[in-house]
Amino acid sequence: MTSHHPPVIELRNVHKRFEQRPDLAQRLLALAGRPIDRRTVHAVNGVDLAVAHGEVLGLVGESGCGKSTLGRIVAGLHRPTEGEVLYQGEPTANLRGAQRLAYVLGVQMVFQDPQASLNPRQRLRQILAEPLKVHRLAPAGEIPSRVERALSAVGLERDYRDRFAHQLSGGQRQRVGIARALMVQPKFLVCDEPVAALDVSIQAQVINLFMDLREQHGLTYLFISHDLGVVRHISDRVAIMYLGKIVEQAPAAEIFSRANHPYTQALLAEVPDVRRRGRRFVPIKGEIPSPLNPPSGCAFHPRCPHAMPRCREQAPALEPIAAGHWSACHLNTQT
Amino acid sequence: MDRSTPDSHARTVAPLAETPRRAAILKRLRARPTVAGSACALVLLMAAILAAPLFAPQNPYDLANLNLLDGRLPPGSESMDGWVYLLGTDDQGRDMLSAILYGLRISLAVGLTAVALATAIGSVAGLVAAYAGGWIDTVLMRIVDFILGFPTILVALVLLAVMGRGVDKVILALVLVQWANYARIMRSRALQERRKEYIEAAANLGYPAWRIIAFHLLPNCMGPVLVFATIQIATAIALEATLSFLGVGVPVTEPSLGLLIATGFQYLLSGDYWISMFPGIALLLLILAINVVGDRLREALDPRRA
Amino acid sequence: MSEVILQVRGLRTAFHTEAGAWPAVDGVDLEVRRGEILGLVGESGSGKSVTGFSLLGLIDPPGEVVEGEILFKGQDLRRLDEEDMRRLRGNRIAMIFQDPLMTLNPVLRIGEQMMEAILTHEDVSRAQARERCRQALAMVGIPAPDKRLDSYPHEFSGGMRQRVAIAIAMLNRPDLIICDEPTTALDVTIQGQILYRMQEICRTHDTALIWITHDLGVVAELADRIAVMYAGRIVEAGPVDEVLDAPRHPYTRGLLDSMPANARPGARLRQIEGMTPSLSARPAGCAFRPRCPRAVERCAEQAPPVNLEGSRSFRCHVPIACENTAA
Repeated sequence: MTSHHPPVIELRNVHKRFEQRPDLAQRLLALAGRPIDRRTVHAVNGVDLAVAHGEVLGLVGESGCGKSTLGRIVAGLHRPTEGEVLYQGEPTANLRGAQRLAYVLGVQMVFQDPQASLNPRQRLRQILAEPLKVHRLAPAGEIPSRVERALSAVGLERDYRDRFAHQLSGGQRQRVGIARALMVQPKFLVCDEPVAALDVSIQAQVINLFMDLREQHGLTYLFISHDLGVVRHISDRVAIMYLGKIVEQAPAAEIFSRANHPYTQALLAEVPDVRRRGRRFVPIKGEIPSPLNPPSGCAFHPRCPHAMPRCREQAPALEPIAAGHWSACHLNTQT
Repeated sequence: MDRSTPDSHARTVAPLAETPRRAAILKRLRARPTVAGSACALVLLMAAILAAPLFAPQNPYDLANLNLLDGRLPPGSESMDGWVYLLGTDDQGRDMLSAILYGLRISLAVGLTAVALATAIGSVAGLVAAYAGGWIDTVLMRIVDFILGFPTILVALVLLAVMGRGVDKVILALVLVQWANYARIMRSRALQERRKEYIEAAANLGYPAWRIIAFHLLPNCMGPVLVFATIQIATAIALEATLSFLGVGVPVTEPSLGLLIATGFQYLLSGDYWISMFPGIALLLLILAINVVGDRLREALDPRRA
Repeated sequence: MSEVILQVRGLRTAFHTEAGAWPAVDGVDLEVRRGEILGLVGESGSGKSVTGFSLLGLIDPPGEVVEGEILFKGQDLRRLDEEDMRRLRGNRIAMIFQDPLMTLNPVLRIGEQMMEAILTHEDVSRAQARERCRQALAMVGIPAPDKRLDSYPHEFSGGMRQRVAIAIAMLNRPDLIICDEPTTALDVTIQGQILYRMQEICRTHDTALIWITHDLGVVAELADRIAVMYAGRIVEAGPVDEVLDAPRHPYTRGLLDSMPANARPGARLRQIEGMTPSLSARPAGCAFRPRCPRAVERCAEQAPPVNLEGSRSFRCHVPIACENTAA
């Protein structure tokens, strides 16, 4: 998909570390000579990513891999500890005033938990009208009709506008979350596990909604999910994350037919497939490591069936192995 | 399109066993007799208090009305002017009924005002500390810790000794210490709520911080604060009564319930029970009613129960 | 064919509200044989979890099992008193919950809790009980089991806690384990490990399993038989291969069609319109009718009875025709 636009979102060597700041007692002990035990979580550990205009990039990973943190960095909710975030070619750290507002509103997030993502004390019409009021995006007289249009755009009937969030089902709440994000006419949606909490039949409805809206509004998506089936269905490209790093990146069809990284292969093997029957499970060994204590070298080596001594010492870099297909594995660079 | 309700023409399945509507309502009422009773009591008390000047037989604060010769008359005695002292008189000839009605006004005024002010100040402090975090949070919370180290009554005694007696000074003393409690409660609730995704969404939508705190955080953190506040109304009232009992609260000429109880104390053993007992019962009823109704108010305000 | 361990006939569990009593489980028939894995599949509001709890007598007011027979090795569980039920629970029938912290007491060490499960039902020495616990932990693949017996639940990760819950369930070699969404909250690679353990345990010890889930993929790979629940009723049941390859009920078909795995990437998914009805608003006749593309008038008038076809059963007036049977 060639485009003369710069990528809508670009991340360059982004790191995000969460440090537990020592409290008063620990600082006093430090003065007395006892070293401070600084616990640092390397949530995102050097990520380069670019999402082109109009594409859907699927981001896959399990708990602790940092995908949610990465999503929030893209949306501007977290500031990276290191590295740059560029929005339409401009570094976001330098944006001020109207330009900064354009970035904040231009990248919107759809959250995972439909229940927690809506203010329990606001009626739907208040939730949807608020962005228009705060940013004066519509004259007061027009707001009720805009709210109604927003509701029907996500498939909810007008009389839902007086309801509270707890009076809706999970799928309906998720639709409201999407409608709210669309009120400010964003260009980019970060979808953080938007269908994980929904039933299978409702998932299909919401996935279809995402696909319809993308066509209608020309949106670009970063679609974060642990569900490979969903990601494969909706994405153009897929990136696999493990413990803060992207370990493989490729067009969607390529990832699923020619997965290169051992972790990607393990994930694909483990995903329950309704077409496979009576499987003899051969599971991957070991636990998902904690980001507080990442393994040395390649983070995956303790669980990798092909681990070599080199994997323990040196972390592999993302190297291109085919057109548009990148993978971070020493197996590829063996001579 | 999401058709979330089945077609309106279709019947739905009837339940296995029907509970008739009247039975349901009666069941609900029977379950909470205390609430109904307390609500009635509070309404009556409120009416009495607000209308006190209209139907109290006597203005107990107007010294000209008092007749020392009428002092310490038992309930039911006749006054010099012909009407009946329903609850007797105190040692200064004051009609107990009137004194109690006016005393209730003071109690309620102190209770409500002190709590309202402390809630307002404490809530703002707690919300700001929770949302801003960092050094603002640290500084505010150290102030709160410092203040909470002092017992309220000690601070009140010192303040009143310095400033003199009066209802407004009692309120000030109460607010000065109590706001810290509200700050702590609000902050702890707000810290939890702040992590929720709808707050993130509000930030994502570019809402200014004051708006997020006022319209998103505050309404969802009110619960525990309101519960605490209703309990504190009663505590404030009791505290004022204590201070007046000790002789540092309201002036002698405008007695509150506490002062009445105090003056009547010395006469208890000689058989003039009414001077202490009736104000005491009135105080008890007031506190009880406030607590129960306040509890229901919080439940009613929760939109989930709607 | 192995013996039938569990036979459920006409189970009906209702919840009492101010407006009346509504059946969350509305006439369910089930059968599980020794060593067999039955997948009980449904979405939220289908009543699958309530079914699981009903079997073990774990329904508390305002819920109540109002009708039906639950025959465990020939004995009707509904007629047992609480004492006898307690002797069965954790002993001959065990349960594993979605949240392992429902099984594990956060303030007790793992070893204590596991030994308690043994000592309640058997008269053995503490040393023997501890040894059995250690072996159980090793069996579910927990490294350094001896040290782990002295750990607290919060020192384990989610996947390991669930494995401990499985170990506890297996301690007394039950005949039947009921699992309520045990891997839903776990990551895919960890889920794989749990499924592997469960499969191994069932094969080795001939334990029957009822696996309650919404995930058709897991059921496809793990189970021998499947039962699909909708609005409190089992709408289709049978051997996994037959039901998933050639479903008779439109709901099963709809579920399979709406899965992204079964669709062409990028194409619009074939969604099921509408939503699961709430407990008090179930349509008369067939509960699925408002959402069913095949509905006819009869579906609104009469709830479809159970149709038996060999080892399969389904409840539908207009079932989807099978290619290899005369429809």
